[in-house]
Amino acid sequence: MARGNIKPAEGKVNTGVEKAAPSTTKIGTQEQEPNSVEKIIDKYKSDKSALIQILLEIQKQNRWLPRDTLMVVSKKLSVPLSQVYRVATFYKAFSLIPQGRHLFTVCMGTACHVRGSPRLLDRVEDTLKIKPEETSKDQKFTLETVNCLGCCALGPVMVVDGEYHSNPLSKELEELVAACD
Amino acid sequence: MAKLRSPADLEKKRQQILSQRDPNKTCVTICSGTGCHVLGSDKVSEAFVKELSKNGLKGKVDIRRTGCHGFCERGPVVVIFPEEICYLGVKAADVPDVVTKTLVDKQLVERLLYKDTTGKTIAHEGDIPFYKFQSRIVFGNNTRIDPKSIDDYIALGGYSALARALFKMSPEQVLDDVKKSNLRGRGGGGFPAGVKWETTRNAPGDIKYVIVNADEGDPGAFMDRSLLEGNPHSVLEGLIIGAYAIGSHEGFIYVRQEYPLAVENVSIALEQAQKYGLLGKNILGSGFDFDVKIHRGAGAFVSGESSALMTAIEGKVGEPRPKYIRTAVSGVWERPSNLNNVETWATVPLIINRGVDWFTGIGTKGSKGTKIFSLVGKVNNTGLVEVPMGMSLMDIIYKIGGGIRKGKKFKAVQTGGPSGGCLPENLIDLPVDFDELTKVGSMMGSGGMIVMDEDTCMVDIARYFLNFLSDESCGKCVPCRAGIEQMVEILNRICAGQGMPGDIELLEEICETTRDASLCALGQTAPNPVLSTVQYFRDEYKAHIEQKRCPAGVCKALVSFFIQADKCQACQICLKDCPVQAISGAKNIVHIIDQAKCTKCGTCFEVCPQRFSAVVKISGEPVPAAPPAGTEVIRKKGKQE
Repeated sequence: MARGNIKPAEGKVNTGVEKAAPSTTKIGTQEQEPNSVEKIIDKYKSDKSALIQILLEIQKQNRWLPRDTLMVVSKKLSVPLSQVYRVATFYKAFSLIPQGRHLFTVCMGTACHVRGSPRLLDRVEDTLKIKPEETSKDQKFTLETVNCLGCCALGPVMVVDGEYHSNPLSKELEELVAACD
Repeated sequence: MAKLRSPADLEKKRQQILSQRDPNKTCVTICSGTGCHVLGSDKVSEAFVKELSKNGLKGKVDIRRTGCHGFCERGPVVVIFPEEICYLGVKAADVPDVVTKTLVDKQLVERLLYKDTTGKTIAHEGDIPFYKFQSRIVFGNNTRIDPKSIDDYIALGGYSALARALFKMSPEQVLDDVKKSNLRGRGGGGFPAGVKWETTRNAPGDIKYVIVNADEGDPGAFMDRSLLEGNPHSVLEGLIIGAYAIGSHEGFIYVRQEYPLAVENVSIALEQAQKYGLLGKNILGSGFDFDVKIHRGAGAFVSGESSALMTAIEGKVGEPRPKYIRTAVSGVWERPSNLNNVETWATVPLIINRGVDWFTGIGTKGSKGTKIFSLVGKVNNTGLVEVPMGMSLMDIIYKIGGGIRKGKKFKAVQTGGPSGGCLPENLIDLPVDFDELTKVGSMMGSGGMIVMDEDTCMVDIARYFLNFLSDESCGKCVPCRAGIEQMVEILNRICAGQGMPGDIELLEEICETTRDASLCALGQTAPNPVLSTVQYFRDEYKAHIEQKRCPAGVCKALVSFFIQADKCQACQICLKDCPVQAISGAKNIVHIIDQAKCTKCGTCFEVCPQRFSAVVKISGEPVPAAPPAGTEVIRKKGKQE
């Protein structure tokens, strides 16, 4: 499942933590150049079968998929909006809510699990005061879990904005959080 | 670069590359696979560039950043050729020593060498037990190739199998060789690749597809990624040969977007192969045309299932469909589509070049060749290992893996990812191949091998896998969607200490229905983690249900942490690290856990120095009364052994 429950009929996103942020709101640094979405679609020559690839690029650039953007994609590819939403909610890579500026990812793979990732996740939740798949109210942090990062030798492992950390304890977590602006 | 127009051109190119390379020239290879990258291989390679020019060795020594060497536990790994001196755990600060001592003075840096249990050092990569007992035929070239250089691959004889297939063999002969070799699918099912190829070849329709499945979703398995990242041309060569045998002119590589380096290296490989005329129109002047597209998967475990993956390639939601007609006959856009795993494709060139007899000489009666496993969990040498089919679990875990971490006791090994099962100690001599693993209730899967010790709770492991599967179930068919959810609920209850008599039997009943009635392999195999743990560790389930006890001390609701007053040395580590300030005490004063405040996070247990081992887990019995506050510690006398 993609992050965030959607209620397209109301034109709003329900994010759990960041309540009632209208999907049309562009927050902070996540503003997107108006033409960049069309550029991506043009790159794939408006090919319907490239829907997933197009959404992946938008997600990467924008860190979430606003409703407006999905409507543009739907129109340009001639794919019904319902189908675009079906794809956007099915895959984990897509987010229908704005993401925090700093991404904490805790690996929940089997190797990390037997080496204590549930306890690591508890500590991260306690430190960030949010649950997995949630974003803090100030849009600073997003916490995610992932099924395997493939660096099992370091397990339990956690990634903060692309930097890997092996089994940090509460003190170290607090230092990591303090280092985020 | 002019396109290669014939096998002679390819050979000429190879000779030309080799003539520019001196086999005796020193080459420093630095593993840049994910494990080593995380441990800082980038900084190590920067340091080498700097130190080489500082010592006037620039141009005299080559630096090559290679794919994964497999020994992730001891990364970053540096191997110096031609002597094959292997340095482990190399930090940027060690590089000046390596350059001045080894490269200039030709001496070894003892501290970076592998040390065996007796303390003896081993200098050559091949002599280290982790490597010595492996047969790295598919994975081995990873250490010799810069994955971003097609010339490196060609220098080692790359694409010669393709030339041989295109010019010396008919498509039927290629197909025949793959069939005779009994190459079985490395992605999990173990279906004979040759039979699948033949089905697609004989299926009606002019347009046929060949697909590389690199949607490696099994948690704890990363061999496909390492192969694709480290040696992408070997996979591509296999794919082109397969396309030729099947009569396909279009292929897809479906790779997870969670593997950005794999996407990058494969993209570069495709571009280079195009330039060299090894891909595209009229490959090597043979008249055979073939093109490949990359499709990035957006993160859905079930999309690794063949019919789901093919739907995803069409740009739709990757859900499986009933396979009354096989995807080999009707797959992508209802055209015949042959899908094989990364490792399967990478094995094909070896069979074509070295012959069927060579390949069938390796392995067991029903499973030929080698298999790459990711050996992870509570084992000393975590990493990727390639062994002949039929090697025993014992040899893999102890000879190659170096046994269990911290001298603990082996409890189980989990194979086959979420579809597999847990095998107990009495099966440790089992030879590992497709059929033997299935016989004992597990499966080969893509090759994850997760080692568990006495501190692992088997009920919790079953719950972990079912939780994973319940998240990943697409929800299309009821037995899988509802069955797994019900099992998770029961397992959650058992782990929370609310298990009821009859729960085990109920689990078994749901398992049976889910297995028999689900649409795709995800649901059909979902009961395996439950059934295998119930079969081999029934006592542990009973302890949870009847005595409300978790023997491994994992299930939070059934465990309490306690500091033994006679062992506590009042070091204050646990006191400082406790996230909820539940521990009281001071210098020289025995520490006490306030059971009411304790959240059972286990931090105290983890940080208590091993020589004290004062923190214990208590399950199934009342927590002893804490000593009165202010009790002074009993100091351990002198140095104990």
